[in-house]
Amino acid sequence: MSPISRGFHRRHEPDADPSRVPPGQYVTADFPVLSAGPTPRTALKDWSFSITGAATPKTWTWDEFQALPSEKVTTDIHCVTRWSKLDTTWQGVTLDTLLGHVDHTGTFLLAHCDGGYTTNLPIADVLGGQAWVAYNYAGSPLAAEHGGPARLLVPHLYFWKSAKWVRRLELLDHDVPGFWESYGYNNYGDPWKEQRYAGD
Amino acid sequence: MPATEPDVLDGNAIGGMLLEVFGAEMTTATGRCGSCGTASVVAEFAVYLRAPGTVVRCPACTAILMVFVRSQGRTCVDLTGLAEFG
Repeated sequence: MSPISRGFHRRHEPDADPSRVPPGQYVTADFPVLSAGPTPRTALKDWSFSITGAATPKTWTWDEFQALPSEKVTTDIHCVTRWSKLDTTWQGVTLDTLLGHVDHTGTFLLAHCDGGYTTNLPIADVLGGQAWVAYNYAGSPLAAEHGGPARLLVPHLYFWKSAKWVRRLELLDHDVPGFWESYGYNNYGDPWKEQRYAGD
Repeated sequence: MPATEPDVLDGNAIGGMLLEVFGAEMTTATGRCGSCGTASVVAEFAVYLRAPGTVVRCPACTAILMVFVRSQGRTCVDLTGLAEFG
C-alpha cells in the first residue's frame, strides 16, 4: 500500500489552456467552497438588494430583481487561494443595469453582504459589462454555500471581490477597504498581475 | 450555528498558529467575546480555515474574535474582537 494517499492530490485539469491561467494558479474542475463564517440562508421573501451612498437610494425585492433584464455569462474565475475554474456559467443582472437605476456620483463602491462581509471596488471596474449580481450558476439557482441567493461576479479580479450573499452596494466618493483588504490583501486584486497582497 | 456548518472546526485547529504567534500553548486559554460577553476556552472557538485567512468566531454569537492572515512571510493578527484573552 502506498504511504501517500491519492486523495491528497489537487485535482488539476491537465488540458487547460495555459494562456487562460494567471500566474501562480492551478485549474480545478471542482468548485471549492471558501467561507469565513456561517453560511447565511436568507429566505427569498426576506431578501432585498439595495444601492445606497452617493446615489438616490434604490431597493429591489427578490421578485423585482428577477424581473430586471439579465444576462447569461460564461467566464473563468480565479481565487487568491490559487485555484482557477474555467468556463463557469452564470446568470445575473449587470451592474450597468443596476447603477442605471440611480443617479450617482460615486467613484468607488463597498459591497455589503449577509454575515457582515464587505469588499471594495472602483466603479470603473464594475461598468462596461465587467460585473454582475448573479443568482444562477450552471443553470440552477445559486446554492447558499456559493453565495446564493445572489453574489457579486467580478471575474477579472480575484474571486474574493465577487462577494457572496451580497445585499447592498454603498456608492462612495472615496475608497474604503473591505474585509480582506483591511487585513493585508491587495486593494485591487488583478490575478494577471498576481496582486494578492498589499504591495504586490 | 457554527456547529452545523461543514467547514467549521474547533479552536484546536489554530493551536499551532497560536503557539507560533504567542510562543505558548494557548488552546486552554480563555477569551471573552467583545460582542456578547461569552467567555470560552480557545478550544471551543469556531474556526474557519477555508478562506483567504483564518477567521475565528465566538461559539455563542458567531462574532469575529480573531483574524489571521499570512502574507509575504508575516502573520497579520487581529484580536480586536476579544474583550479579554489569556
